[in-house]
Amino acid sequence: MDLIEPTLEAFRLLFTGDPQLWRIIWTSLYCSTLAIALIAPFAIALGFLIAKVRFPGRRALVVTVQGLLSFPTVVVGLTIYMLLSRQGPLGFLRLLFTPEAMIIGYMLIAFPVLVVFTLSSVQGADPRVYETARSLGAHKVLAAWTTLREVRFGVMASIFNGFGRVVSEVGCSIMVGGNIAGLTRNIPTAIALETSKGEFAQGIALGFVLIVLALGINAVLSFMQGEGGMT
Amino acid sequence: MTGHLVRIDGVAKRFGDRLVLSGVAARFLSGESYVLTGDNGSGKSTLMRILAGLEDADAGTLEIDGRTARLRGYPEWLRGEIVYVHQHPYLFDTSIAENIGFGLKARGMAPDERRRIVAEALEWAGLGHVAQVRPSKLSGGEKQRVAMARAKVLHPRLFLLDEPTANLDRDGRQRVLDLIHDLGQGENCVLVACHDQELIQLPFMRQLRLDAGRLTAFPKSAEKPVPARRAP
Repeated sequence: MDLIEPTLEAFRLLFTGDPQLWRIIWTSLYCSTLAIALIAPFAIALGFLIAKVRFPGRRALVVTVQGLLSFPTVVVGLTIYMLLSRQGPLGFLRLLFTPEAMIIGYMLIAFPVLVVFTLSSVQGADPRVYETARSLGAHKVLAAWTTLREVRFGVMASIFNGFGRVVSEVGCSIMVGGNIAGLTRNIPTAIALETSKGEFAQGIALGFVLIVLALGINAVLSFMQGEGGMT
Repeated sequence: MTGHLVRIDGVAKRFGDRLVLSGVAARFLSGESYVLTGDNGSGKSTLMRILAGLEDADAGTLEIDGRTARLRGYPEWLRGEIVYVHQHPYLFDTSIAENIGFGLKARGMAPDERRRIVAEALEWAGLGHVAQVRPSKLSGGEKQRVAMARAKVLHPRLFLLDEPTANLDRDGRQRVLDLIHDLGQGENCVLVACHDQELIQLPFMRQLRLDAGRLTAFPKSAEKPVPARRAP
Protein backbone atom coordinates (compact mmCIF):
# COMPACT_ATOMS: atom_id res chain seq x y z
CA MET A 1 0.00 0.00 0.00
CA ASP A 2 1.38 3.39 -0.98
CA LEU A 3 1.17 5.70 2.05
CA ILE A 4 3.04 8.71 0.67
CA GLU A 5 0.61 9.70 -2.07
CA PRO A 6 -2.56 9.64 0.08
CA THR A 7 -0.72 11.50 2.84
CA LEU A 8 0.34 14.26 0.43
CA GLU A 9 -3.21 14.38 -0.91
CA ALA A 10 -4.46 14.64 2.69
CA PHE A 11 -2.39 17.73 3.40
CA ARG A 12 -3.43 19.23 0.05
CA LEU A 13 -7.08 18.79 1.07
CA LEU A 14 -6.43 20.35 4.46
CA PHE A 15 -4.43 23.34 3.37
CA THR A 16 -6.42 24.18 0.24
CA GLY A 17 -9.53 24.52 2.41
CA ASP A 18 -11.48 21.62 0.87
CA PRO A 19 -15.07 22.55 1.83
CA GLN A 20 -16.24 18.95 2.32
CA LEU A 21 -13.34 18.19 4.65
CA TRP A 22 -13.70 21.38 6.66
CA ARG A 23 -17.45 20.85 6.97
CA ILE A 24 -16.69 17.49 8.64
CA ILE A 25 -14.19 19.14 10.98
CA TRP A 26 -16.69 21.90 11.81
CA THR A 27 -19.45 19.35 12.60
CA SER A 28 -17.13 17.55 15.02
CA LEU A 29 -15.99 20.69 16.79
CA TYR A 30 -19.46 22.26 16.89
CA CYS A 31 -21.24 19.20 18.31
CA SER A 32 -18.49 18.32 20.80
CA THR A 33 -17.97 21.86 22.09
CA LEU A 34 -21.67 22.61 22.43
CA ALA A 35 -22.33 19.30 24.20
CA ILE A 36 -19.55 19.97 26.74
CA ALA A 37 -20.66 23.57 27.26
CA LEU A 38 -24.24 22.45 27.94
CA ILE A 39 -23.50 19.56 30.28
CA ALA A 40 -20.44 20.90 32.14
CA PRO A 41 -22.25 23.20 34.61
CA PHE A 42 -24.57 20.39 35.75
CA ALA A 43 -21.90 17.70 35.85
CA ILE A 44 -19.39 19.90 37.70
CA ALA A 45 -22.04 20.94 40.21
CA LEU A 46 -23.01 17.31 40.79
CA GLY A 47 -19.36 16.29 41.15
CA PHE A 48 -18.91 19.02 43.77
CA LEU A 49 -22.04 18.01 45.68
CA ILE A 50 -21.12 14.33 45.75
CA ALA A 51 -17.66 15.27 47.02
CA LYS A 52 -18.88 17.61 49.73
CA VAL A 53 -22.29 16.43 50.91
CA ARG A 54 -22.87 13.22 52.87
CA PHE A 55 -26.26 11.63 52.12
CA PRO A 56 -27.74 8.13 52.09
CA GLY A 57 -26.86 6.28 48.89
CA ARG A 58 -23.84 8.47 48.18
CA ARG A 59 -21.47 5.51 47.87
CA ALA A 60 -23.84 3.74 45.46
CA LEU A 61 -24.08 6.91 43.38
CA VAL A 62 -20.30 7.22 43.18
CA VAL A 63 -19.98 3.58 42.09
CA THR A 64 -22.72 4.07 39.48
CA VAL A 65 -21.16 7.20 37.99
CA GLN A 66 -17.74 5.56 37.95
CA GLY A 67 -19.30 2.55 36.22
CA LEU A 68 -20.77 4.80 33.55
CA LEU A 69 -17.22 5.75 32.55
CA SER A 70 -16.83 2.37 30.92
CA PHE A 71 -20.34 2.28 29.49
CA PRO A 72 -20.13 1.45 25.74
CA THR A 73 -20.91 4.55 23.70
CA VAL A 74 -22.73 2.44 21.16
CA VAL A 75 -25.22 1.46 23.88
CA VAL A 76 -25.73 5.15 24.66
CA GLY A 77 -26.41 5.58 20.95
CA LEU A 78 -28.82 2.65 20.91
CA THR A 79 -30.75 4.06 23.88
CA ILE A 80 -31.05 7.51 22.32
CA TYR A 81 -31.97 5.93 18.97
CA MET A 82 -34.87 4.05 20.60
CA LEU A 83 -36.03 7.19 22.38
CA LEU A 84 -35.84 9.42 19.30
CA SER A 85 -37.01 6.98 16.61
CA ARG A 86 -40.47 7.61 15.17
CA GLN A 87 -42.02 4.92 17.32
CA GLY A 88 -40.09 6.06 20.40
CA PRO A 89 -41.47 8.21 23.21
CA LEU A 90 -39.56 11.27 21.96
CA GLY A 91 -40.07 10.57 18.25
CA PHE A 92 -42.33 13.60 17.88
CA LEU A 93 -39.26 15.82 18.36
CA ARG A 94 -37.89 14.58 14.99
CA LEU A 95 -34.33 14.82 16.21
CA LEU A 96 -32.97 11.49 14.95
CA PHE A 97 -30.13 11.86 12.43
CA THR A 98 -29.55 15.50 13.30
CA PRO A 99 -26.59 17.25 14.95
CA GLU A 100 -28.88 17.86 17.95
CA ALA A 101 -29.25 14.10 18.48
CA MET A 102 -25.48 13.75 18.39
CA ILE A 103 -25.14 16.56 20.93
CA ILE A 104 -27.56 14.77 23.28
CA GLY A 105 -25.52 11.59 22.94
CA TYR A 106 -22.26 13.44 23.56
CA MET A 107 -23.71 15.07 26.66
CA LEU A 108 -24.59 11.66 28.09
CA ILE A 109 -21.16 10.26 27.23
CA ALA A 110 -19.25 13.22 28.69
CA PHE A 111 -21.41 13.47 31.83
CA PRO A 112 -19.73 10.73 33.93
CA VAL A 113 -16.26 11.88 32.84
CA LEU A 114 -16.94 15.40 34.07
CA VAL A 115 -18.61 14.24 37.30
CA VAL A 116 -15.88 11.76 38.26
CA PHE A 117 -12.96 14.09 37.49
CA THR A 118 -14.60 16.98 39.36
CA LEU A 119 -15.44 14.72 42.30
CA SER A 120 -11.85 13.55 42.47
CA SER A 121 -10.49 17.11 42.24
CA VAL A 122 -12.78 18.48 44.97
CA GLN A 123 -12.09 15.52 47.25
CA GLY A 124 -8.40 16.21 46.82
CA ALA A 125 -8.82 19.91 47.59
CA ASP A 126 -7.65 21.29 50.90
CA PRO A 127 -10.75 21.36 53.17
CA ARG A 128 -9.60 24.73 54.51
CA VAL A 129 -10.54 26.35 51.18
CA TYR A 130 -14.28 25.88 51.69
CA GLU A 131 -14.05 26.53 55.43
CA THR A 132 -12.07 29.73 54.96
CA ALA A 133 -14.53 31.04 52.38
CA ARG A 134 -17.50 30.23 54.64
CA SER A 135 -15.85 31.76 57.69
CA LEU A 136 -15.21 34.96 55.72
CA GLY A 137 -18.91 35.23 55.07
CA ALA A 138 -19.24 33.62 51.65
CA HIS A 139 -22.60 31.93 51.08
CA LYS A 140 -22.54 28.26 50.10
CA VAL A 141 -22.55 28.86 46.33
CA LEU A 142 -19.68 31.35 46.50
CA ALA A 143 -17.70 29.01 48.78
CA ALA A 144 -18.28 26.19 46.27
CA TRP A 145 -17.21 28.42 43.38
CA THR A 146 -14.09 29.43 45.34
CA THR A 147 -13.22 25.78 45.91
CA LEU A 148 -13.67 24.96 42.22
CA ARG A 149 -11.52 27.95 41.34
CA GLU A 150 -8.76 26.66 43.60
CA VAL A 151 -8.86 23.24 41.89
CA ARG A 152 -9.36 24.72 38.44
CA PHE A 153 -6.62 22.61 36.90
CA GLY A 154 -8.50 19.43 37.83
CA VAL A 155 -11.79 20.89 36.65
CA MET A 156 -10.28 21.96 33.33
CA ALA A 157 -8.77 18.48 33.00
CA SER A 158 -12.27 17.03 33.40
CA ILE A 159 -13.60 19.32 30.67
CA PHE A 160 -10.78 18.47 28.27
CA ASN A 161 -11.11 14.76 28.99
CA GLY A 162 -14.83 14.92 28.33
CA PHE A 163 -14.17 16.78 25.08
CA GLY A 164 -11.51 14.26 24.09
CA ARG A 165 -13.91 11.40 24.69
CA VAL A 166 -16.73 12.79 22.55
CA VAL A 167 -14.69 14.27 19.72
CA SER A 168 -13.20 10.86 18.91
CA GLU A 169 -16.41 8.86 19.49
CA VAL A 170 -17.81 6.72 16.62
CA GLY A 171 -20.58 4.38 17.81
CA CYS A 172 -23.11 6.89 19.12
CA SER A 173 -22.36 9.35 16.29
CA ILE A 174 -23.23 6.79 13.63
CA MET A 175 -26.32 5.48 15.41
CA VAL A 176 -28.03 8.78 16.18
CA GLY A 177 -26.35 10.99 13.55
CA GLY A 178 -26.54 8.59 10.65
CA ASN A 179 -23.22 9.81 9.14
CA ILE A 180 -25.06 12.07 6.69
CA ALA A 181 -22.66 14.04 4.47
CA GLY A 182 -22.83 17.77 5.07
CA LEU A 183 -25.04 17.36 8.13
CA THR A 184 -23.93 14.82 10.73
CA ARG A 185 -20.73 13.39 9.27
CA ASN A 186 -17.93 14.14 11.70
CA ILE A 187 -14.25 13.29 11.94
CA PRO A 188 -14.40 9.74 13.37
CA THR A 189 -17.38 8.61 11.29
CA ALA A 190 -15.80 10.06 8.15
CA ILE A 191 -12.51 8.26 8.87
CA ALA A 192 -14.39 4.97 9.32
CA LEU A 193 -16.36 5.50 6.10
CA GLU A 194 -13.46 6.64 3.89
CA THR A 195 -11.22 3.83 5.15
CA SER A 196 -13.89 1.24 4.36
CA LYS A 197 -14.02 2.64 0.80
CA GLY A 198 -10.23 2.50 0.46
CA GLU A 199 -10.03 6.34 0.29
CA PHE A 200 -7.19 7.00 2.66
CA ALA A 201 -6.37 10.64 1.86
CA GLN A 202 -9.34 12.15 3.65
CA GLY A 203 -8.99 9.67 6.51
CA ILE A 204 -5.35 10.62 7.01
CA ALA A 205 -6.18 14.35 6.89
CA LEU A 206 -8.93 13.95 9.47
CA GLY A 207 -6.76 11.72 11.64
CA PHE A 208 -4.12 14.44 11.51
CA VAL A 209 -6.69 16.97 12.75
CA LEU A 210 -7.64 14.69 15.66
CA ILE A 211 -3.98 14.25 16.63
CA VAL A 212 -3.40 18.02 16.50
CA LEU A 213 -6.48 18.49 18.70
CA ALA A 214 -5.22 15.92 21.22
CA LEU A 215 -1.75 17.49 21.33
CA GLY A 216 -3.26 20.97 21.61
CA ILE A 217 -5.42 19.95 24.57
CA ASN A 218 -2.42 18.40 26.30
CA ALA A 219 -0.36 21.52 25.65
CA VAL A 220 -3.05 23.73 27.19
CA LEU A 221 -3.32 21.43 30.23
CA SER A 222 0.45 21.38 30.72
CA PHE A 223 0.55 25.17 30.50
CA MET A 224 -2.23 25.49 33.08
CA GLN A 225 -0.54 22.97 35.37
CA GLY A 226 2.56 25.15 35.31
CA GLU A 227 0.51 28.20 36.23
CA GLY A 228 -1.73 26.54 38.77
CA GLY A 229 0.47 26.20 41.83
CA MET A 230 -1.48 25.69 45.02
CA THR A 231 -0.82 27.60 48.21
CA MET B 1 -14.19 49.72 77.73
CA THR B 2 -15.55 46.33 78.59
CA GLY B 3 -19.10 45.13 78.28
CA HIS B 4 -20.82 41.84 77.81
CA LEU B 5 -20.53 40.97 74.11
CA VAL B 6 -20.69 37.23 73.48
CA ARG B 7 -22.14 34.53 75.71
CA ILE B 8 -22.09 30.78 75.04
CA ASP B 9 -24.06 28.30 77.05
CA GLY B 10 -24.49 24.53 77.20
CA VAL B 11 -22.18 23.77 74.28
CA ALA B 12 -21.91 19.99 73.96
CA LYS B 13 -20.25 17.78 71.39
CA ARG B 14 -19.76 14.06 71.22
CA PHE B 15 -17.69 12.09 68.69
CA GLY B 16 -19.05 8.55 68.88
CA ASP B 17 -18.68 7.42 72.51
CA ARG B 18 -16.32 10.23 73.39
CA LEU B 19 -17.78 13.32 75.02
CA VAL B 20 -15.51 16.20 73.97
CA LEU B 21 -17.49 19.19 75.21
CA SER B 22 -19.89 18.90 78.09
CA GLY B 23 -22.08 21.95 78.59
CA VAL B 24 -19.40 24.57 77.99
CA ALA B 25 -20.44 28.05 79.11
CA ALA B 26 -18.53 31.32 78.96
CA ARG B 27 -18.96 35.00 78.35
CA PHE B 28 -16.60 37.23 76.44
CA LEU B 29 -16.34 40.95 76.99
CA SER B 30 -15.70 43.51 74.29
CA GLY B 31 -12.18 44.90 74.25
CA GLU B 32 -10.80 41.75 75.86
CA SER B 33 -8.55 38.97 74.60
CA TYR B 34 -8.82 35.41 75.84
CA VAL B 35 -6.45 32.51 75.54
CA LEU B 36 -7.91 29.02 75.53
CA THR B 37 -5.59 26.30 76.81
CA GLY B 38 -5.95 22.60 77.39
CA ASP B 39 -4.25 19.32 76.68
CA ASN B 40 -4.10 17.89 73.18
CA GLY B 41 -7.52 16.48 72.36
CA SER B 42 -9.23 18.51 75.07
CA GLY B 43 -11.59 20.02 72.49
CA LYS B 44 -10.09 23.49 71.97
CA SER B 45 -10.21 23.33 68.20
CA THR B 46 -13.62 21.66 68.28
CA LEU B 47 -15.02 24.49 70.40
CA MET B 48 -13.50 27.11 68.08
CA ARG B 49 -14.86 25.36 65.00
CA ILE B 50 -18.31 25.11 66.56
CA LEU B 51 -18.30 28.82 67.40
CA ALA B 52 -17.26 29.54 63.77
CA GLY B 53 -20.00 27.36 62.32
CA LEU B 54 -17.55 24.91 60.76
CA GLU B 55 -18.80 22.07 62.93
CA ASP B 56 -22.27 21.41 64.33
CA ALA B 57 -22.66 21.21 68.09
CA ASP B 58 -24.94 18.60 69.59
CA ALA B 59 -26.40 21.32 71.82
CA GLY B 60 -25.72 24.85 72.93
CA THR B 61 -26.52 28.47 72.27
CA LEU B 62 -24.56 31.59 71.46
CA GLU B 63 -25.72 35.11 72.22
CA ILE B 64 -24.31 38.25 70.61
CA ASP B 65 -25.69 41.69 71.43
CA GLY B 66 -28.91 40.19 72.67
CA ARG B 67 -29.47 37.96 69.64
CA THR B 68 -29.40 34.28 70.45
CA ALA B 69 -28.54 31.49 68.03
CA ARG B 70 -28.57 27.74 68.42
CA LEU B 71 -25.21 26.14 67.63
CA ARG B 72 -26.86 23.09 66.15
CA GLY B 73 -27.78 24.38 62.69
CA TYR B 74 -25.60 27.48 62.63
CA PRO B 75 -27.47 30.54 61.33
CA GLU B 76 -26.02 32.48 58.37
CA TRP B 77 -26.24 35.86 60.14
CA LEU B 78 -23.71 34.68 62.70
CA ARG B 79 -21.03 34.20 60.05
CA GLY B 80 -20.69 37.95 59.69
CA GLU B 81 -20.10 38.29 63.43
CA ILE B 82 -17.46 35.61 64.01
CA VAL B 83 -14.37 34.92 61.89
CA TYR B 84 -12.10 31.93 62.36
CA VAL B 85 -8.42 31.81 61.37
CA HIS B 86 -6.89 28.35 60.93
CA GLN B 87 -3.64 27.32 62.59
CA HIS B 88 -2.12 27.20 59.12
CA PRO B 89 -4.28 29.71 57.24
CA TYR B 90 -5.27 28.91 53.70
CA LEU B 91 -4.64 31.76 51.30
CA PHE B 92 -6.49 31.63 47.99
CA ASP B 93 -4.35 31.29 44.89
CA THR B 94 -4.58 34.94 43.94
CA SER B 95 -2.87 38.16 45.05
CA ILE B 96 -2.55 39.08 48.74
CA ALA B 97 -4.71 42.16 48.17
CA GLU B 98 -7.47 39.99 46.67
CA ASN B 99 -7.16 37.59 49.59
CA ILE B 100 -7.70 40.38 52.09
CA GLY B 101 -10.62 41.75 50.09
CA PHE B 102 -12.33 38.35 49.72
CA GLY B 103 -14.84 38.76 52.54
CA LEU B 104 -15.62 42.34 51.56
CA LYS B 105 -16.31 41.24 47.99
CA ALA B 106 -18.53 38.45 49.32
CA ARG B 107 -20.52 41.14 51.13
CA GLY B 108 -20.95 43.04 47.87
CA MET B 109 -18.79 46.05 48.76
CA ALA B 110 -18.00 48.40 45.86
CA PRO B 111 -14.49 47.98 44.37
CA ASP B 112 -13.26 51.50 45.25
CA GLU B 113 -14.26 51.20 48.87
CA ARG B 114 -12.81 47.70 48.99
CA ARG B 115 -9.47 48.86 47.61
CA ARG B 116 -9.26 51.60 50.23
CA ILE B 117 -9.97 49.22 53.11
CA VAL B 118 -7.59 46.59 51.78
CA ALA B 119 -4.82 49.20 51.48
CA GLU B 120 -5.36 50.18 55.13
CA ALA B 121 -5.32 46.53 56.21
CA LEU B 122 -2.12 45.86 54.27
CA GLU B 123 -0.48 48.76 56.05
CA TRP B 124 -1.83 47.58 59.43
CA ALA B 125 -0.31 44.14 58.93
CA GLY B 126 2.95 45.50 57.49
CA LEU B 127 2.30 43.79 54.18
CA GLY B 128 2.14 46.70 51.75
CA HIS B 129 5.19 45.42 49.87
CA VAL B 130 3.52 42.10 49.03
CA ALA B 131 0.07 43.36 47.96
CA GLN B 132 0.31 41.91 44.46
CA VAL B 133 2.39 38.87 45.35
CA ARG B 134 1.07 35.28 45.23
CA PRO B 135 0.74 33.49 48.61
CA SER B 136 3.30 30.83 47.68
CA LYS B 137 6.01 33.52 47.95
CA LEU B 138 5.16 34.38 51.58
CA SER B 139 6.67 33.08 54.82
CA GLY B 140 4.53 31.39 57.49
CA GLY B 141 4.44 34.55 59.59
CA GLU B 142 3.40 36.69 56.63
CA LYS B 143 0.62 34.23 55.77
CA GLN B 144 -0.66 34.41 59.33
CA ARG B 145 -0.69 38.22 59.16
CA VAL B 146 -2.55 38.13 55.83
CA ALA B 147 -5.17 35.88 57.42
CA MET B 148 -5.52 38.24 60.38
CA ALA B 149 -5.84 41.27 58.11
CA ARG B 150 -8.40 39.36 56.04
CA ALA B 151 -10.42 38.78 59.19
CA LYS B 152 -9.96 42.30 60.58
CA VAL B 153 -11.43 44.10 57.55
CA LEU B 154 -14.75 42.35 58.24
CA HIS B 155 -15.02 43.88 61.73
CA PRO B 156 -16.37 40.73 63.37
CA ARG B 157 -17.46 40.83 67.00
CA LEU B 158 -15.41 37.74 67.84
CA PHE B 159 -12.05 36.73 66.34
CA LEU B 160 -11.16 33.07 66.70
CA LEU B 161 -7.45 32.37 66.22
CA ASP B 162 -6.27 28.76 66.31
CA GLU B 163 -2.61 28.42 67.33
CA PRO B 164 -1.61 31.64 65.54
CA THR B 165 2.04 31.51 66.60
CA ALA B 166 2.68 27.82 65.90
CA ASN B 167 5.84 27.17 63.89
CA LEU B 168 6.78 30.84 63.63
CA ASP B 169 10.24 32.20 64.23
CA ARG B 170 10.84 34.78 66.96
CA ASP B 171 10.35 37.79 64.71
CA GLY B 172 7.25 36.35 63.08
CA ARG B 173 5.74 35.46 66.46
CA GLN B 174 6.34 38.95 67.89
CA ARG B 175 4.65 40.60 64.91
CA VAL B 176 1.65 38.28 65.25
CA LEU B 177 1.44 38.96 69.01
CA ASP B 178 1.36 42.70 68.31
CA LEU B 179 -1.49 42.22 65.84
CA ILE B 180 -3.43 40.05 68.30
CA HIS B 181 -3.17 42.82 70.86
CA ASP B 182 -4.47 45.33 68.30
CA LEU B 183 -7.38 43.09 67.31
CA GLY B 184 -8.64 43.03 70.88
CA GLN B 185 -8.73 46.81 71.26
CA GLY B 186 -12.04 47.65 69.64
CA GLU B 187 -15.69 46.78 70.08
CA ASN B 188 -14.87 43.14 69.70
CA CYS B 189 -13.07 40.33 71.48
CA VAL B 190 -10.44 37.77 70.60
CA LEU B 191 -10.29 34.10 71.53
CA VAL B 192 -6.96 32.40 70.91
CA ALA B 193 -6.44 28.65 71.26
CA CYS B 194 -2.80 27.83 71.86
CA HIS B 195 0.01 26.07 73.68
CA ASP B 196 2.44 28.94 73.27
CA GLN B 197 3.54 29.85 76.82
CA GLU B 198 4.74 33.30 75.76
CA LEU B 199 1.28 34.08 74.39
CA ILE B 200 -0.52 32.49 77.34
CA GLN B 201 1.46 34.58 79.81
CA LEU B 202 0.83 37.91 78.08
CA PRO B 203 -0.59 40.22 80.73
CA PHE B 204 -3.53 41.42 78.67
CA MET B 205 -4.80 37.88 78.09
CA ARG B 206 -7.59 36.34 80.15
CA GLN B 207 -7.04 32.63 80.53
CA LEU B 208 -9.57 29.90 79.94
CA ARG B 209 -8.84 26.22 80.28
CA LEU B 210 -10.70 23.28 78.79
CA ASP B 211 -10.50 20.18 80.92
CA ALA B 212 -12.66 17.05 80.67
CA GLY B 213 -15.05 18.91 78.39
CA ARG B 214 -15.57 21.80 80.79
CA LEU B 215 -14.29 25.34 80.75
CA THR B 216 -12.58 27.04 83.68
CA ALA B 217 -11.81 30.76 83.72
CA PHE B 218 -8.80 32.33 85.44
CA PRO B 219 -8.27 36.02 86.19
CA LYS B 220 -5.79 37.76 83.97
CA SER B 221 -2.38 38.14 85.54
CA ALA B 222 -2.28 41.92 85.25
CA GLU B 223 -4.26 44.86 83.99
CA LYS B 224 -3.75 45.59 80.38
CA PRO B 225 -0.32 47.05 79.70
CA VAL B 226 0.28 47.79 76.03
CA PRO B 227 3.07 45.70 74.54
CA ALA B 228 5.80 47.52 72.69
CA ARG B 229 4.89 47.97 69.03
CA ARG B 230 7.56 47.38 66.49
CA ALA B 231 8.52 50.22 64.23
CA PRO B 232 6.86 49.69 60.85
